[in-house]
Parts: sequence; structure tokens; C-alpha cells
Amino acid sequence: MTRIRLCHLYPDQLNIYADRGNIAVFRSRAERRGYELEVVGIGVGEALAPECDLIYLGGGQDREQALIAPDLARRGGEISRALEDGAALLAVCGGYQLLGRGYRDRFDFEMLGAGVLPLETVAGEGRLIGDVSIECELDPGEMLTVVGFENHGGRTLLDPGAVPFGRVVHGFGNDGDSGFEGCRLGKAIGTYLHGPLLPRNPWLADWLLGQALARTLGEPPELEALDDELEYQAHAVALHRARERGGKLR
Amino acid sequence: MRIPLVISTLVARSVGATSRLSGRGGGTTLPGRVLNTLNPGAGARLAKKLAQGSAVISATNGKTTSAAMAAAILSPRFRLAGNPAGANLSSGVATALLHTRGADLGLFEVDEAALPRVAAALRPRALCLGNLFRDQLDRYGELEMLAERWRGVVAGLAAESTLIVNEDDPQLAQLARGREGVIRFGIEDARHGGPLPHAADARYCSNCGVAYDYRLAYVGHLGEYSCPGCGFERLKPDIWADEIALEGLIGSSFRLHLPEETLKVKLGLPGLYNVYNALAAAALGHALGASASEIASGLESTEAAFGRSERIEIGEKRLLLLLIKNPTGANEVVRTIVADGTPQTLVLALNDGIADGQDVSWIWDVDFEPLLSGLERLIASGGRAAELALRFKYAGFPESRIELVLSPAEALDRGLELTEAGGELVVCPTYTAMLELQKVLAERGHADLYWQRAARARKESGPPRHQR
Repeated sequence: MTRIRLCHLYPDQLNIYADRGNIAVFRSRAERRGYELEVVGIGVGEALAPECDLIYLGGGQDREQALIAPDLARRGGEISRALEDGAALLAVCGGYQLLGRGYRDRFDFEMLGAGVLPLETVAGEGRLIGDVSIECELDPGEMLTVVGFENHGGRTLLDPGAVPFGRVVHGFGNDGDSGFEGCRLGKAIGTYLHGPLLPRNPWLADWLLGQALARTLGEPPELEALDDELEYQAHAVALHRARERGGKLR
Repeated sequence: MRIPLVISTLVARSVGATSRLSGRGGGTTLPGRVLNTLNPGAGARLAKKLAQGSAVISATNGKTTSAAMAAAILSPRFRLAGNPAGANLSSGVATALLHTRGADLGLFEVDEAALPRVAAALRPRALCLGNLFRDQLDRYGELEMLAERWRGVVAGLAAESTLIVNEDDPQLAQLARGREGVIRFGIEDARHGGPLPHAADARYCSNCGVAYDYRLAYVGHLGEYSCPGCGFERLKPDIWADEIALEGLIGSSFRLHLPEETLKVKLGLPGLYNVYNALAAAALGHALGASASEIASGLESTEAAFGRSERIEIGEKRLLLLLIKNPTGANEVVRTIVADGTPQTLVLALNDGIADGQDVSWIWDVDFEPLLSGLERLIASGGRAAELALRFKYAGFPESRIELVLSPAEALDRGLELTEAGGELVVCPTYTAMLELQKVLAERGHADLYWQRAARARKESGPPRHQR
């Protein structure tokens, strides 16, 4: 049986916004297709496991982020090497911000990031909180809708030429201004969308699983369709909420 | 133009009466909103009319229940004014201040984010801080920010005022360090402790950032901690509970240690979390001069507050309503439910209004897993019923045993249909789903509407008694 090795970075610190929901979705959707998901928790000071197929970073509150930031900042090379070796990556919220070059707060204090993604984040006036819907093109010509909830004080600015994860339809996205949401670098995705992200966007979970499997299989395998009736319903409600009330500054 | 106090209170009071008459709601917050708008300083000036001053209770979880307990403890000694029905934002407190005629002590439960504003207006003689959990991050931003604002409240508290803190919550314990006139409460019963739960808050010392050593945790991150980094540690509380015996969904008994006396207390409310609520109320009562026997009888006479483990008879069946609103509270509800054996049918109702939290991701941080083994049927309800269903599906619960019934009222009916005569149906709604259920139950004559209870409580004795 083909095994997918998922390295979950800082599970003790970055775990709010239902990160374990995302992991549960990876596991269930892999197992129902006959693949085993092995989750390896990677704490501060611990090296990424070898043969890593998928990297996951969740969100945390300010204190928790500050605790892991120095360690993450030293890992840029290690994570980039895993990506070059074919690993896929999903980073949500705080994990997304810290994969950029860094986070500058209102007092100009700079928290260094890993520098894996071509972006930086600066603190803004007020938090960007609410439902979001975005459109993404993960495979050429295939537009997908992804829905979630965002809650961030930071405004993330992509470098010129960097590719966003998607375009904002309703909600704020990276900075409430550019119309961009998240960042995409090959098989790596960073995003502010939580809620959790994957249960109501199962196609994104499957895309990431396919990319993770491609590391050993050479290309993403055809994953058999699952009964996603409940997932579609949850997606539809979240999409409706984004349309109704996304992107309103409180 | 400044509108005189007497005029603004008159207008505000009549707005409440009109709101009730027109059937639009109970007027438990609208008059206060009108008052705050007409005359922003009115609240502070009305508060000064209370001869014995004010006491304030705030916490993420349990403040409505501890306020009801404190009211029962203090009512023999004081003529109380308070804000029943969970109307605990600034507007609810201002509304309560409009109804203080004849009262001498104000007793208010205050929303954790509204605390800075309300405390500044009331200048309380006693402030009781029960706990600080992650809750509705979409509304408040982050827990840290809230803790910082509470730090400001404590710093602004008059030197002669008493600060009461839950010493088992390291964030609150830290707020109280270095201050005179603090009463600390906590639990001292290792048999009820366990490891720190998933995604617990306050895992890291707010002094130095090092992870706390938790010898044990009772509820969420409430427990016995010490910091290996800077040496900060839990102090022995002044008021504590031990020899706790939990009796499933019925209640509990414990030994209550007050500074001078120790006595046995029997609570009619279930779960360890209600022992914390009782300790908060006991400590506040003690601070305001209540005797040990007043404390014990007040605690023992308190019944469930508005939907917090409230039992309602419906024909030959019984309904048990347990409000859920954040991971820690819901974890305790789950723990309490399974202590009596897992129910076969369970109704969960998840709404996502502002009062519920628009971000529903918190349900993934709840440990629903202990329910899975005995549960035959889950009725998922509320506007975000599908998210609840997914939470259970990805926990391994068979999809075929999940029913989606979006309307909480219809979910209630479906649940009752599946409950046999003489049986009890457990329903766990979020706040606005609870209000919907309350409305239906009132229309059918099973329960009072919340503003009717509030009005009756005011009429009966002044204090919010939260009787059923």
C-alpha cells in the first residue's frame, strides 16, 4: 500500500481554527482510496522526517506564533528542499504568514519568516474577519471555488510576479485591497482560509493528496470519486455566507 | 445637547415597554442602548445611586450561572439589582440600571469584551474573574488581546475594591499577582484531574513564554500548573473545593473550604464546570460579607439558568437543554453527558449568528469522540448543520446515522419522536438556536420566554433568580 507521509509542523503551537479537521480530512480521504496517511508531528528543534510527501502548517495566536517563529525562520532551506524533492504543502493563517519573509508589526518589530514563499506581511489597522470565497485555477483551465473563514490582522503582500492561490470573489483576502488570496508556489499553497478549510472544499484536499502521491508515483493518480453530499451542502452554505456577509470590516 | 438623566431614563424605560408590547422582543437590551445613546454618562450616574455599590462577574464560560448563584447567596443581605437573561453587554447592564428602584447592590454578569467599558462605568467594589477561554475569535480577535484588556481593568480597579480570581487559570492568577485584597479560588481534588486537552489555551507562560508544567487539568486549561522558566506557579487558593462527587447529569456534591469554615455543599447543577461556577459565587459572596450558611444555601437553591442544563417536561418525555458555545464549554457538556451513559439520540444545533460566533471552526476543536460509541442517531440542526455532520463524519461516525434537520424546532420534534415515553432527550444548541427553541417551547406552553422570566425575577425580589 502506498503511504503518504505528512509532516505536521508545530502541532502543539499552531492548532487553532480546527487544524485537526484538515488532518482528519486528509486521512479519511486517503484511506478510503486505499492509501495510508502517516502523520509525523515536528516540534521546535526537530528535523523534518525524510521522504516527506506533504507538509502542513496551521494557525496560532500571536504568542504561539512568536514561540515557533525563530525555529521556522531557520527551516527555510529544509522546507524548500522538501518541496524541490516533490512534497506538497498546505499552510493556513499564521503558518502561511510565517512561510513568507517575515511579519512586521505596528512598532516595526520584525518577526523573521522562513522565506519559502515570495511575500511579506505587515500589521494593519483592524482585523480582517469574515467569510470568504475565492476562485482558483489549480490545474490549467479548471476553475474551482474555495470557501472559508478569515481572521487576520496582517496584510500580506505578494512579490511582483508571485502567484496568488486564488482571486477573491467575496471577502478580504491577503490585504483587502489587491483582490488576491493566498500564495501558490508549485505544489505549495498558503492561505488565510480556515474554517477548517478542507472539509467544505474536498476537491482541494484531493488535489493536495494527488500532488503528495505524485512524489513517489511520478504523477498524481486518478482518485476515485467519493460521496461528498454533506461536503457540498457545507460548501453551499459557506458560499452563501461569503456572498451575504464576507468582506465587511468590523 | 445633553439630555437630562431623568428624561433619558424615562424615554429608555418606555422603549422597553413598547418593545415587549409590540411582541418584538423582551427589551432586555434595547432600553439600555437608547440610554447609552441619549446620555452616555447615565450608566455611571445611575450606578452611583446603589448605596452598597456594585459587584461584577465576568468569564468566558459560566458567568450567567455564577451570577445566578451569587444572587441566591446575596439576596438575604441585599436588595439586588442585576441583569438576568444573559443580557451582558454594556446595553444589558444599562437596561438593568433602569430597573434598580429600591435596590442597594448591583450584581452584574458582564461579557468579557464589554468588561473594560462596564467596569469603568460601574467602579465595582468587587470584581470576580472566572476564566478566560478561547471563544468566538471572530468577534474578539485573539485571547491575548482580551487578557491584555483585562489587565487594564484590574489596573484601573480602586485599591479598596476586592479582586476575586480563579487561581486555576494561570492567565487570571497572573493578573492578580502583586495586588492587595485578592481572593483566590480553585479546585483541589486530583481524582478529577487529567492531562491538558487538545488545543488547550494558556499553555505557555505569559511572563516568559515557556510551556507550563501541568500536574493536572480539571476543565480546559484550568488546573495545577507551574512554569519551569520563571517559576511562576499556582498558589494555594483561599477558597477551594475538594472531595468532589459528580452525579452525572443530576448534580454534584463537594466540600467547600472557606477561610474560617469548611462545609458540605450539594449542587443541583452537573459537572465540574459548575463546581467552578459555585466557587466563583462563593468567593464573591464571601467578599461581600455573606455567611457560610448563606453561601451554602444559596448554592444549593440555585437552579439551572436559561438553557444551561435546564430540564423541561414535555408530556411523558423530558428534555435536557445544554448550551454549547466554545470548545471548553462543549467539552464539559460532552463529559457530563457521557458520565450518565451515552444517549442513543442526540440533537446538536449549530447556528452562526454574531452571538454564536460566525466562525464555526470551533466545533472541530471539541472532543465529540466520547459520544460516538453509544450514539445511534445524530440529528444535526441549525444553519450550519452540514458542518456538524461533517465533524462527526470525519470522526468516523457512519453518515447513514446522521439526519440533517435544519430548523431547531423541527429537530426537537424529530428527537422527541425518537425518544421513548419516560425517556430524556438531550439537545445541545448554540446561543441563537437556544433562543429559537425557547420561543417554540414557550409557544407550546412548556417554558416561559426569557423576558417574562426576567420581568418576574425583577418583580419577585429584585435579584435575578433564574427560576424555571
